[in-house]
Amino acid sequence: MRFIFKTDYLQDIQLAKHRGQQFWYGLLFVALILLPWIVSNYLIDQLVLIFIYSIVGLGLMLLSGYTGLISLGHAAFLGVGAYTEAVLAAKGWPFPLSISMAILLSAITGVIVGLPALRVKGIYLAIATLALGVIVEEVLTRWESVTGGNSGLPVKAVQLFGIKIASLQGFYYLSLVFVVVSTWVVLNLLRSPTGRAFVAIRDSEVSAQSMGIHLAKYKTISFALSAGLTGLAGALYAHKIRFLSPEQFTVLQSIEMLMMIFIGGIGSIHGVFFGAFFLIVLPQAISVAKDYLPAAIGGAAGLQATIFGLIIVGFVMFEPLGIYGRWVKIRTYLQMFPFYRKGAFKRQKTFQKSERNR
Amino acid sequence: MSANELILKVEELSVAFGGVKAVNNVSFSVNRGEVFTLIGPNGAGKTTVFNLISRIYNASHGRLVFEGTEISALPAHQIATLGIARTFQNIELFEQATVLQNLLIGRHVHRATSLWQELLFTPKVKKSEIEFRDHVERIIDLLDLQHHRDTHVAGLPYGVRKVVELGRALAIQPKLLLMDEPSSGLNVEETDDMAFWIQDINQDLGVTILMVEHDMSLVSRVSNRVLAMNQGEMLAIGSPQEVQSDPGVIEAYLGKPAHV
Repeated sequence: MRFIFKTDYLQDIQLAKHRGQQFWYGLLFVALILLPWIVSNYLIDQLVLIFIYSIVGLGLMLLSGYTGLISLGHAAFLGVGAYTEAVLAAKGWPFPLSISMAILLSAITGVIVGLPALRVKGIYLAIATLALGVIVEEVLTRWESVTGGNSGLPVKAVQLFGIKIASLQGFYYLSLVFVVVSTWVVLNLLRSPTGRAFVAIRDSEVSAQSMGIHLAKYKTISFALSAGLTGLAGALYAHKIRFLSPEQFTVLQSIEMLMMIFIGGIGSIHGVFFGAFFLIVLPQAISVAKDYLPAAIGGAAGLQATIFGLIIVGFVMFEPLGIYGRWVKIRTYLQMFPFYRKGAFKRQKTFQKSERNR
Repeated sequence: MSANELILKVEELSVAFGGVKAVNNVSFSVNRGEVFTLIGPNGAGKTTVFNLISRIYNASHGRLVFEGTEISALPAHQIATLGIARTFQNIELFEQATVLQNLLIGRHVHRATSLWQELLFTPKVKKSEIEFRDHVERIIDLLDLQHHRDTHVAGLPYGVRKVVELGRALAIQPKLLLMDEPSSGLNVEETDDMAFWIQDINQDLGVTILMVEHDMSLVSRVSNRVLAMNQGEMLAIGSPQEVQSDPGVIEAYLGKPAHV
């Protein structure tokens, strides 16, 4: 077992809490840098997708996991980011400018979509964001002069400081940089007053207000940051897929994103990456498994949706904290071995919380 | 600081929910440095007065003046900035955060860093985080919360949560502390601790306290003045002994004597 002796407040502030973490995250980072030389292009391709969805996950986690605002319209932000990047890249804007614009436009859309969040919450907010998501999807379809409508929009390769990043490896490193920076920024936010204000709003609006937290302001910030990150992912997505069409940004996509962070583990940054990994790997695993299944099952329509559904039901029933929650339990088991007790993670039930002031 | 300087003045405060006059024409003033207690049977409107002062409800009539500033029209989140902190009757902590984080949220009104600085976690943010922590640690020391520093609130027993909530309110560094039933749900020993803390906070930290409380022994032990309410109306105001022997107050709690 590890006992951490705290002798300095900085120990609680710095991101890597102890030497073990420094070592393992360092190792992970080195591995990610070396990977393109080691594994096949197919795996690199999948990793790029995981990176892109991780950025989406970071944004959505900030909003739903930390601020407690459910959004069923996140595919809209992905779409705004992707189309902005595609259109501006076609016009010859330099990549740093066009991607900043993609982030900015998505963030503005986020603020607009977030307006109802200032008045409604829970299931009502979900419906409001769902409606706005559908509106954005419709705009992408109908605004043919810009988006190409249903016939789609081809996207150019990234042009960075005059160098064309067309190779998979190049794009892998570009995405890696964005993932690392996004994660760092989100972690920074969570250890500073704004991040704590988000958590406060999630857990009790009435007392957040009494602590001097301006609800409307912080909810808007949360929506803007979340949408901005998703827009960044959208811009990368555009360059990854190289072809955009409105049916990539439907409500189903939004639901998949929400599912991703729930399965990964709501309210944790680790959960974002577990969720993104899961979302990308599972469909591949299913398609591999199809070959080994009897034709009646393997060939059945909707197999993937059924398996996704079953997995969600399983997580809701047995591990509401997602893959990360399970991982924490396994880690604790190993650390405490052989003293782990079955009830170590049992929460005491409380029925004290007042609902009267809401 | 003169002895009888006003910190909070409540003038002809009224609020009605539908046809129910929850608070009807209540006026009182709290002096700087005192412990002022609201008592009264259930439904007397004590918590409603609190919610009016912390601007969760809008008053339909009347004025609230804090340190010479009219606060009746301010948004709820500015109340804490002025230096008014509160606790809740049924505990409104941030359940999925640790005790330390809960207390740090109390420092929010002292935030001096911008969003951009926080996103990059500049040295200024780091410095201010350490200052926040330093302040919060002093509260942890005062309230004996060392053991629970890194525990999630959701796993804490009721008595400790009550103390954490008090700590979070103190982290604001308030001038006026509103405590809604600090002893409800606490056992005798915990209530005793609470009484000591109330006296410490009032005398050592110089925080004025306005409190709602049912436990009369605690009330008479710590309060300078007491206001008794019933059904939204003021019954009596004065020292704890005066109010307890007031016939109107006795009647409100026990009913009218039968005329024989």
